[in-house]
Amino acid sequence: MKPIVVALVGNPNSGKSSLFNLITGSHQHVGNYPGVTVEKKEGFCTHNGHEMRFVDLPGTYSLTAYSEEEIIARRFVLDERPDVVVDVVDASNIERNLYLGTQLIEMGVPLVFAFNMSDLAKRRGLVFDLDQLSRLLEARIVPTVGNKGQGREALLDAVIETAREGRKPRVHGLHYGTEIEEQLARVEAIVRTKEGDLADKYGSRWVALKLIEQDDEVVGKIQHQEVLDAAAKSVAYLRNIFRDEPEIVLADRRYGFISGACQETIKNTVERRHDASDVIDAVVTNRFLGLPIFLLLMYAVFWLTFTLGEFPMQVLEGLFGWLGTAVSGLWPAGSESRLRSLLVEGIIAGVGGVVVFLPNILLLFLVIAMLEDTGYMARAAFVMDRIMHKIGLHGKSFIPMLIGFGCSVPAIMATRILENQRNRLTTIMVIPLMSCGARLTIYSLIIPAFFAPAWRGPVMWLVYLIGILLAVICAKVLRLTVFQGETMPFVMELPPYRMPTPRSVVIHMWQRGWMFLKKAGTVILGISVVLWFLASFPKPAPERLAGLDDEQAQQVSLEHSVIGRVGRFVEPAIRPLGFDWRIGTALIGATAAKEVFVSQLSIVYATGSGDNADLLRQKLQANYTPLVGFCVMLFSLIATPCVATIAMTKQETNSWRWAAFQFFGLTVLAYGITLVVFQVGSRI
Amino acid sequence: MGEVVVEKSRVRPLSTVATGDTVRLVRVRAGRGLNSRLASMGFVPGVEIRVVSNGHPGPFVVIIKDIKMVLGRGVAQKVFVQ
Repeated sequence: MKPIVVALVGNPNSGKSSLFNLITGSHQHVGNYPGVTVEKKEGFCTHNGHEMRFVDLPGTYSLTAYSEEEIIARRFVLDERPDVVVDVVDASNIERNLYLGTQLIEMGVPLVFAFNMSDLAKRRGLVFDLDQLSRLLEARIVPTVGNKGQGREALLDAVIETAREGRKPRVHGLHYGTEIEEQLARVEAIVRTKEGDLADKYGSRWVALKLIEQDDEVVGKIQHQEVLDAAAKSVAYLRNIFRDEPEIVLADRRYGFISGACQETIKNTVERRHDASDVIDAVVTNRFLGLPIFLLLMYAVFWLTFTLGEFPMQVLEGLFGWLGTAVSGLWPAGSESRLRSLLVEGIIAGVGGVVVFLPNILLLFLVIAMLEDTGYMARAAFVMDRIMHKIGLHGKSFIPMLIGFGCSVPAIMATRILENQRNRLTTIMVIPLMSCGARLTIYSLIIPAFFAPAWRGPVMWLVYLIGILLAVICAKVLRLTVFQGETMPFVMELPPYRMPTPRSVVIHMWQRGWMFLKKAGTVILGISVVLWFLASFPKPAPERLAGLDDEQAQQVSLEHSVIGRVGRFVEPAIRPLGFDWRIGTALIGATAAKEVFVSQLSIVYATGSGDNADLLRQKLQANYTPLVGFCVMLFSLIATPCVATIAMTKQETNSWRWAAFQFFGLTVLAYGITLVVFQVGSRI
Repeated sequence: MGEVVVEKSRVRPLSTVATGDTVRLVRVRAGRGLNSRLASMGFVPGVEIRVVSNGHPGPFVVIIKDIKMVLGRGVAQKVFVQ
């Protein structure tokens, strides 16, 4: 038997995700919709012998054609024709939440309402006559409490029954008043005769309704000009009568229908009190306190992530080190096995270097999930919006950018909290400019080599500041060019504060962690192997290595390899930046992971890897000026995000194009800026 | 003529409403996208809006249909109330 396909829709903050987690447990699959950055979540479950596939659609307030999320949700409901649509409604805010429901009623889909958070509604003193309301809405209503695990069975029963009945015509539906109904009937008639296919697929009344709303997507599907003319005439007529856009009048009528239905069936037994949420909000969104509180919380997030993450990270590092040694031990000492080198230096070192960040990533997403589930995230966006708005980003963009100081990979994953596609892409593009922890290893090699102790702090600060300034400028430029379009006007709900449930927080954290591990196991593994290959082949002739010690042999081998040759080949191009082929080679190697720069440089200077940073610093001092040192830091800061970042950008934007754009864009930017700094600097 | 002016002067942007006041929405003067988005969030003519904080010059917190929402000042200037 085919599984029952169920679409889950609902307003943001309706508790849809926790209900989805409750229904499907861990049987979930998270991906993206083709071509867009919107998250696609699917989950499976079996109930009374029926297999069901649940699709969690993006949270929306309505199903118009104005935003990416709404279009995705609408297309799924209309074109994929799920067997049942479950509308998750926040039972303590029925009126606004049912607006989406009225649009589903208009679509004529088999519908079930989940009145979620019904415990909260009860506490607020709301009493429902669900039988009566269900008759008015012509759909089953099931009270649920997603985060406490209540109502799952009843909801699944209702879904199965509704699926069995299939699509059935509505008895009353929504009535929009005489004038609108007249025009609807006119347009509907011509749609039925001229646009038979469309009418069969979506229902002629719905098509007519959307034409009167001047819905861009439906208008675009109309083949005959007569239909559009008829619709335009009706729109003009209605506009004249109501002195407002028909779209707004229709919205008004939908609310009218809802408040009519609610008046008959919902009793409010308690006056709404000044609740705890208002008190907390008065403090955390306070004009003076809001920003310091937010910064303090963010500091706490970082501190937690990197101190608690420190120990498991060391354990993992030790584990990979042990694994490397153990695998090496399978070959006799001094053997020159290529397989050994591939396994130890390529795969274990490459993947290990990324996987060690897993504890940090899990912790970070644990804390973010908690901030999101409590409702604080909306307040943080509110607090930061004034600043972020100036560079064309949303207040929430600040959080991923901040995480970027730790590591770009989780930062890019964290952009999922941004609903708007353009905002999200812009944020992803500039995240690598936030100087990550791995780049710190480069700075801590170079700064002590070239700068007097008194200057070390300010130089480091300057590098970070340049990154931030560039991110701000780039975001602004991107929003004016590539990601052009009106900045989403800022309208956002401040949901009441809630206690996060361990279950949903853990599921959230685990999904992110798993996604990261999968990346490490596939793309990052592949690229590590390629980079290992490029750094190891071709091998120099054995006689050239004769008589050299290990370090010198490594140096000669690297020089002879593809990376070494590319380093030499690009030397003329990077000479104007003050770089020689050695720095070039190290920079290319650093694409694997930024900290590889240090180990590659120590190989080309044959100072031996390990803790011999001082020896390397002496070599650097002897060969380069402080200006070159600064330029190296500048270039590493801006250019060529590491492979893990590229892989994550590809995954989150769903296209290699954006990943390539980010990679080349940042590299060109780095080249330009370093060129100017070096050329100007060396003439002063 | 005079009457019309008096009538019009009572309609003002939401951004001018003081903290704690409750007003009624008359209409939203914005592009179609924002118009429809606001409508779906409950900003329809006649609805009651309570201004929780007019945090000059920052964003703006209101309660509509029991839901707390924050608007940018730009949005608050496009919402006309009575």
